[in-house]
Amino acid sequence: MAKRIDISDLDIYYGNFKAVEGVNVSIEPRSITALIGPSGCGKSTFLRSLNRMHEVIPGARVEGKVVIDGQDLYDADVDPVDVRRQIGMVFQRPNPFPTMSIYDNVIAGVRLNGGKMRKGELDDLVEKSLRGANLWNEVKDRLNRPGSGLSGGQQQRLCIARAIAVEPEVLLMDEPCSALDPISTLAIEDLMTELKERFTIVIVTHNMQQAARVSESTGFFNLGGVGQPGHLVEFNPTEKIFSNPDEKATEDYISGRFG
Amino acid sequence: MSTQTPLAPAPVAGSSAGPVRTQRRLPRFAPLGLFLGGIAVGALLSALTGFSIALTVVYGVVLGTIAVYVVSRSVEGRRTATDRLVTTVVTTAFLIAMVPLVSLVWTVLENGLPRLDSTFFNSSMLGIVGEGGGAYHAILGTLIITGLTTVISVPVGLLTAIYLVEYGTGRLKKAITFFVDVMTGIPSIVAGLFAYALFALFFGGGVRLGIMGAVALSVLMIPVVVRSAEEVLKLVPNELREAAYALGVPKWRTILKIVIPTSVAGLGTGITLAVARVIGETAPLLVTVGILTGTNLNPFDGRMATLPVFAFYQLTQPGVPPEFGIQRAWTAALVLIVLVMALNVVARLISRFFAPKTGR
Ligand SMILES: Nc1ncnc2c1ncn2[C@@H]1O[C@H](COP(=O)(O)OP(=O)(O)OP(=O)(O)O)[C@@H](O)[C@H]1O
Ligand SMILES: [Mg+2]
Repeated sequence: MAKRIDISDLDIYYGNFKAVEGVNVSIEPRSITALIGPSGCGKSTFLRSLNRMHEVIPGARVEGKVVIDGQDLYDADVDPVDVRRQIGMVFQRPNPFPTMSIYDNVIAGVRLNGGKMRKGELDDLVEKSLRGANLWNEVKDRLNRPGSGLSGGQQQRLCIARAIAVEPEVLLMDEPCSALDPISTLAIEDLMTELKERFTIVIVTHNMQQAARVSESTGFFNLGGVGQPGHLVEFNPTEKIFSNPDEKATEDYISGRFG
Repeated sequence: MSTQTPLAPAPVAGSSAGPVRTQRRLPRFAPLGLFLGGIAVGALLSALTGFSIALTVVYGVVLGTIAVYVVSRSVEGRRTATDRLVTTVVTTAFLIAMVPLVSLVWTVLENGLPRLDSTFFNSSMLGIVGEGGGAYHAILGTLIITGLTTVISVPVGLLTAIYLVEYGTGRLKKAITFFVDVMTGIPSIVAGLFAYALFALFFGGGVRLGIMGAVALSVLMIPVVVRSAEEVLKLVPNELREAAYALGVPKWRTILKIVIPTSVAGLGTGITLAVARVIGETAPLLVTVGILTGTNLNPFDGRMATLPVFAFYQLTQPGVPPEFGIQRAWTAALVLIVLVMALNVVARLISRFFAPKTGR
């Protein structure tokens, strides 16, 4: 059920400040797309505009088109809540709900959306999602303990389990491994490789090796200068980006020559 | 508290050769002793000019502080002396602030305990002129009226706070915040007169109802609830809201199922403290609820007795002979203080038991 995302002429604003300008790109279904670029160039901003999380910030708005399955997400009659049900998101900092147990955190999406399920079905969903997030073995004996009692890496995988429990079609991940140790990072990378069988995944990362390891395509964002909007410099298959990119700026950034 | 580290070679006192300097320190009880000595000298001084406690305290504190500073300065050096000076001043200020509190509790206990008996809780003032009688009717009246106030104020205050934190933008939000601030400062008698004027419009002048008192107290309580709830709701991290939105949860459900449960401990504490704030209000109840010697538990029908107003009338119109009325006034004050203290304990318990658990 993974979906293709076509983005055209996307400008993203915070109030009067234009943070990202003129993005045109197509993201393939059932693949991992990595976004790289220097800090502050608008990667998170761009990612959040793909599931209409951007407009949650007061004064923030978007111009342009994000088309999924022939439907523009920013059409007037599209409900952002429906969009977010189809396009899940994992944040940079793990944010499990502190009042809920591990079990309740996983089914939070289903339960908060008013879904009625029998206990047995819920149990199955929890196990399936936690196994999907590679966390089941670590927490299966303490499902009723608070989610905030887990380690940072476990919390992040709990958040991934929570995101995939609602069966989204696209999964957006904003630096999901930035606070994790190499082992948890590898676990999450393996997980992403499994998940791309079912989902379209877009991941923001500062880790070039990670982008090279997991992604099929890579987009490089850059800033013209301080106070100027970020833009998509190059979007190509990952091997090409990391071996012979079209743009000089991309090559400089990847090889560590910038500024 | 020594600045000496075990690994460093012990340097000569006062030398600045090594990276770690040791210092001569006053013995542990020396500062306290010096301070008390200062107070003793202060007492002597004030005895010279006709002894008085106030003068003793003033002389003693000044002399004691100076003594501690000077001795510490000559033995320990400037930095430590300044530290001791500030410690002394802060501790003295704290002790001075405690004096009225302790004295108040002491006085109320001393005067209120004699009548803290079962009669006080079992009987009203019906037919009582001198000895005996109690505040049964007033205690129940206070509980009923405060309960009604809570029922009115909590929904209004909580919803206002939610609006301010989750929805409000621009002018309207600023205006509401401003008016809530203004309401926080309204003198309580004004709240009482407001409720009186409001009900007089419908029922004519001279009307007295329990519900009027609840309305008057709500005017005082709503801003307190709004303020405390607003602060608590602001503490809920935005990341939790975003996590819920990203799961496709609508905003209202996010507030209901995520924001409020996360902050329920703080909300409960704030509400309890707001109740404690209004439970002892006297002036607004005086003009809206009045007083009654018998028991009336219906807040929609005529006058009721309440503890603060009961205390007021027992003190100003104690009957004959007056000492029994005055005793009842003290006991009513004592019961009121105990109620407020109980509410504070409840607030603590709420924040202890409902706080999100980390479970580590
Ligand atoms: N809430 C906000 N309000 C106003 N401006 C913002 C906000 N969030 C981000 N910006 C601005 O938008 C620009 C892009 O920010 P963004 O967070 O998308 O960068 P990023 O590429 O994700 O950086 P990083 O790699 O450090 O996470 C920056 O100039 C930033 O200052
Ligand atoms: Mg970012």
